[in-house]
Amino acid sequence: MALSWLLLILLALAVLGYFIGRSRALASAGGDSRDLHSLPSYYGYNVALTSLIPALGLLVIWLLVQPMIVSSTVTSLIPDDSISEGSNRGLIMSEVRRVADGLDGAVAKGALTEQEARNADTDVDALTAKLKDARQVLTQDLTKPILLAAQKHRVMNAAGTVAMQVSVLLLALMGAAFAYVRTHKDFRARNVVEQGILALLLLAASIAILTTVGIVLSMLFETMNFFQMHSWKDFFFGSTWAPNFRGGSELSILPLLWGTLYISVIALLVAVPIGLFAAIYLSEYASGITRAIAKPLLEILAGIPTIVYGLFALLTVGPALVSMFGDGGMLGVGWMASSNAVLTAGLVMGIMLIPFVSSLSDDIINAVPQSMRDGSLGLGATHSETVRQVILPAALPGIVGAVLLAASRAIGETMIVVMAAGAIAKFSGNPFEAMTTITTRIVSQLTGDTDFASPETLVAFALGLTLFIITLGLNIFALYIVRKYREQYE
Amino acid sequence: MNDMTRMERTVNSKAIKIAASDVQVYYGDTHAIKDVDVEIEDKTVTAFIGPSGCGKSTFLRCLNRMNDTIDICRVQGDILLDGEDIYDKRVDPVQLRAKVGMVFQKPNPFPKSIYDNVAYGPRIHGLAKNKAELDEIVEKSLRRAAIWNEVKDRLDAPGTGLSGGQQQRLCIARAVATEPEVLLMDEPCSALDPIATAQVEELIDELRKQYSVVIVTHSMQQAARVSQKTAFFHLGNLVEFGETGQIFTNPVDPRTESYITGRIG
Amino acid sequence: MTDITQTPNAPVPSDKPKGGSLFEKDPRTKRRNAAEGRFKMYGIAAIGVGLLMLVVLVTNIVTAGMGAFQQTFLELDVTLLESKLDKKGNRNIDDIKKVSTFGYAPLVSAALESEVEKLGIQTDLKPKKMAGILSKAAMAKLRNYVVANPDEIGKTVSFRFLANSRVDGYIKGRVTRASIANDKSISSEQLDFVDQLIDAGVLYKAFDPDFIFGADASDQRPEAAGIGVSMLGSLFMMLVVLALALPIGVAASIYLEEFAPQNRLTDIIEVNISNLAAVPSIVFGILGLAVFINYMHLPTSAPLVGGLVLTLMTLPTIIISTRASLKAVPPSIRDAALGVGASKMQAVFHHVLPLAAPGILTGTIIGLAQALGETAPLLLIGMVGFIASNPPDGIVEGFLSPNSAMPAQIYEWSKRADPAFYERAWGGIIILLLFLVTMNTIAVILRRRFERRW
Repeated sequence: MALSWLLLILLALAVLGYFIGRSRALASAGGDSRDLHSLPSYYGYNVALTSLIPALGLLVIWLLVQPMIVSSTVTSLIPDDSISEGSNRGLIMSEVRRVADGLDGAVAKGALTEQEARNADTDVDALTAKLKDARQVLTQDLTKPILLAAQKHRVMNAAGTVAMQVSVLLLALMGAAFAYVRTHKDFRARNVVEQGILALLLLAASIAILTTVGIVLSMLFETMNFFQMHSWKDFFFGSTWAPNFRGGSELSILPLLWGTLYISVIALLVAVPIGLFAAIYLSEYASGITRAIAKPLLEILAGIPTIVYGLFALLTVGPALVSMFGDGGMLGVGWMASSNAVLTAGLVMGIMLIPFVSSLSDDIINAVPQSMRDGSLGLGATHSETVRQVILPAALPGIVGAVLLAASRAIGETMIVVMAAGAIAKFSGNPFEAMTTITTRIVSQLTGDTDFASPETLVAFALGLTLFIITLGLNIFALYIVRKYREQYE
Repeated sequence: MNDMTRMERTVNSKAIKIAASDVQVYYGDTHAIKDVDVEIEDKTVTAFIGPSGCGKSTFLRCLNRMNDTIDICRVQGDILLDGEDIYDKRVDPVQLRAKVGMVFQKPNPFPKSIYDNVAYGPRIHGLAKNKAELDEIVEKSLRRAAIWNEVKDRLDAPGTGLSGGQQQRLCIARAVATEPEVLLMDEPCSALDPIATAQVEELIDELRKQYSVVIVTHSMQQAARVSQKTAFFHLGNLVEFGETGQIFTNPVDPRTESYITGRIG
Repeated sequence: MTDITQTPNAPVPSDKPKGGSLFEKDPRTKRRNAAEGRFKMYGIAAIGVGLLMLVVLVTNIVTAGMGAFQQTFLELDVTLLESKLDKKGNRNIDDIKKVSTFGYAPLVSAALESEVEKLGIQTDLKPKKMAGILSKAAMAKLRNYVVANPDEIGKTVSFRFLANSRVDGYIKGRVTRASIANDKSISSEQLDFVDQLIDAGVLYKAFDPDFIFGADASDQRPEAAGIGVSMLGSLFMMLVVLALALPIGVAASIYLEEFAPQNRLTDIIEVNISNLAAVPSIVFGILGLAVFINYMHLPTSAPLVGGLVLTLMTLPTIIISTRASLKAVPPSIRDAALGVGASKMQAVFHHVLPLAAPGILTGTIIGLAQALGETAPLLLIGMVGFIASNPPDGIVEGFLSPNSAMPAQIYEWSKRADPAFYERAWGGIIILLLFLVTMNTIAVILRRRFERRW
């Protein structure tokens, strides 16, 4: 693969640069390293980094930009009238990419020669047959404009790749040469290298921003595409979730939001009382040994992957609940038809959140100053009166923050609800019924064969963006409350 | 070691409220208080003085069993309140602390309104039958703590919003609201400025009319100003106990003298 | 020193106080103490419930999953008939390969028939039905053996074949005669036959290493499904995470902790990091799908993509713990280095970083453990639904060719129709949890051993 070779060459250049930079510096000082401004290795690093970093930067930018330029050029080759009814430019473009990949594959297998692949006058049907022989996937019948676009796509990509390799290598050489020329015993190599390293450190720190920007942009673009195809009014204010891949879907977030919130509320009803009381006991009553044993044991629950909870819900809790509340169950009530239910998912999610609530509350209760406890105990209050009437009110903002963080976890949780909540979107108050959630729908709309030009797929991005905004809002609010609370006692 | 001081104690004339004898306190392996004998009289201010770490605060906390909240702390010996051993198994520390109130070094109002701060004790002990009675208790306590005039218009404001001196007087009001018989004060003025200190000291003198007050203080001047009896602690021992005037003018023990004249401390 | 009270002029104690004796609890105090007791009980109950859940969960995993490590095997001597396998008799490997797995079925049936005769088992079953108790993987195993050792054709070789999942379930108690009433793949008579084979000692349950090291199998062969290949997938993903998240995370932490000026950019970065730590993992999956697969056209289902997504997800964890360990190095160390004329960069890289290394390592291991168990983002980049039937051919293939990962494999099994896969899913969870426990234990040991109090 050309890219890995390119990277290896760049690395080799950098290593070579290190040694020639170092020896040139030493030579300029007549072999006496004490005459150098910096340690000899810094001169080496200077040459190596000046060669490597700009070249790598160019490489990354090129890799990101080239697909954009190629797409925009190629898309102009497809006339509007060749886009058939029920299709659109996005679909055609993915078709073009598929054909281009198919041609590449066929050439690689030797089923086609490079000339045949590039020949614009070739017979479309014959080529289709050849591609099929070479077992390259073609979903739609090849048409002339698509073939032309695909050929252009290939040519541009090939040219772009060559140009990229040449310019990256040139930049690396130029960088090395520039640094080599500058290497002299009075050159402040250490300062320059340190400036460079600082820039790299800053870059690493900025990845957090890049990730956030990436998340927002990737979802925002597709969400905008979605809203061009589907009415935003239906998405935000409709009442039905009924995706239909033949069109005419009703895609409203509200029933999903209802399911999400319902399950989250049940989870919090389980996790908050248990977690809070556990935290109170651990921080106020438990002896050192009890605390040292019980706290890490509880925290194990937090370290268990969600897939385990999902399986637990699907295979253990769900059937157990059905055997209690189902037809012919222990309670003989016949409320529960299937083990996939709001209650199943909610209970298990609640168990998962217990340690989350308890360790956050534990921190918060411990932050209440001891003088408050002394003041209350000194008045003859019992320990529980102190907790209920002094410590909890004092810790309330922090605990609210912790509960909000737990709620944000519950809303964004995926595996448990995918495995145990069900797939039916509806407004219902019955916890024994199956309901579905935002995360479940994101997974189901984006897995399997997806077509990134249909609203039924793109709605997942709108759902994802909404989920991101809801959880982000909850988190920022909760962290703000917790921080305010901490400041109060510092 | 207390032979010299014992005869001084017999001059008192008031009733003994708390009698401690042969008290030992251990923190884990550390012997923090050694063989302390002391008698605290009713309607008197007793000051505990001594250098930092001498055990005076520890001993004070023994008097209402606040040390119970510290796991590693053990208390031996007898401490009798009105002739009843407060470390007896039958004694509920909750009931004891209602009788022996405490005010702490740092003002620690609860994050509640001024009214609720004062009403806290009466509420948990069930001292008021109705709202009117509770209002009365709150007002009386705030008056007794000499802060009523400053806060009567803002009883709903949070107690944490008051100034340091006001907060400490609020804490005193909170302590007297439960109608204690003894009031323990652990360096109540150490976090206050001189003006607030003067106010609190004046208050302590007032409180003496109804309560037995025990005050731990770092400041010898304060002990001299507010107390009738003074106990000097050094390295966990009660070195000397007697009339305040006598301790400050004519100490018996050379260690007391050294401390008062500033050579140790 | 109780003599004070004995001295004649000791003052009489004051009258009994208004509150009554301390030795008698008033009713209100009793009520309050009862409330105190109840409150304490709630706390104990809460912890009890939490711990009970842990116990239930662990017991459930162990009881439901241990079975996956054992499979039912049948020992059989198979005569590799030349007439069936190599009609031309020239041992040409290409001719031998032309015989499909179906061609091996008669051999197995015949072997079973003669075995039954040898053991003196009475049964009305036809040989074909008898062979029905074996896994479909048995023929494949036989064929693989013959293709690898063509010289053995014509000889009689002893094999240990997997029994089919119904038989396995029958031995493990999952399948009963009542439960197979409507089951076409096995009959009650076959189970009788199984009982006879057990008595004869040729059918037995034994440890099955293929579950741990083997590849996933198709829907019809739950007994042959293993987690080994997806374990490799997880390994390659973790390599990506380690190679990217550790250096980037440490670099970012050093910048923020040691060099960042107090300005807006720093604030934005810090807020971003704490928020990213709480973004639902599924959102990272969407990011991966949109950026790495749709935009950059990296291969779907590849561990490289999974690793990239998990890197972004793990970075905040690593940054937060690395910053904490950098912060724990006292400023005096930096001052000492600066005092002898080191630059700030040298002070950090020569002194602060080595001292913080154990803490960084601990945080990294915990971050890796978190990434190892994560499933949701992998759903979106296609690592679920892919049947990991072949181990990757090499290092590059390992990163780029489609694979599954342990949690994704477990999820995949949990979705399949045959309940025999549930046992595999639980067994997979045991293996996954063993990895996590090991990683966390290493982290704890590192922390204990190298923790320094300044």
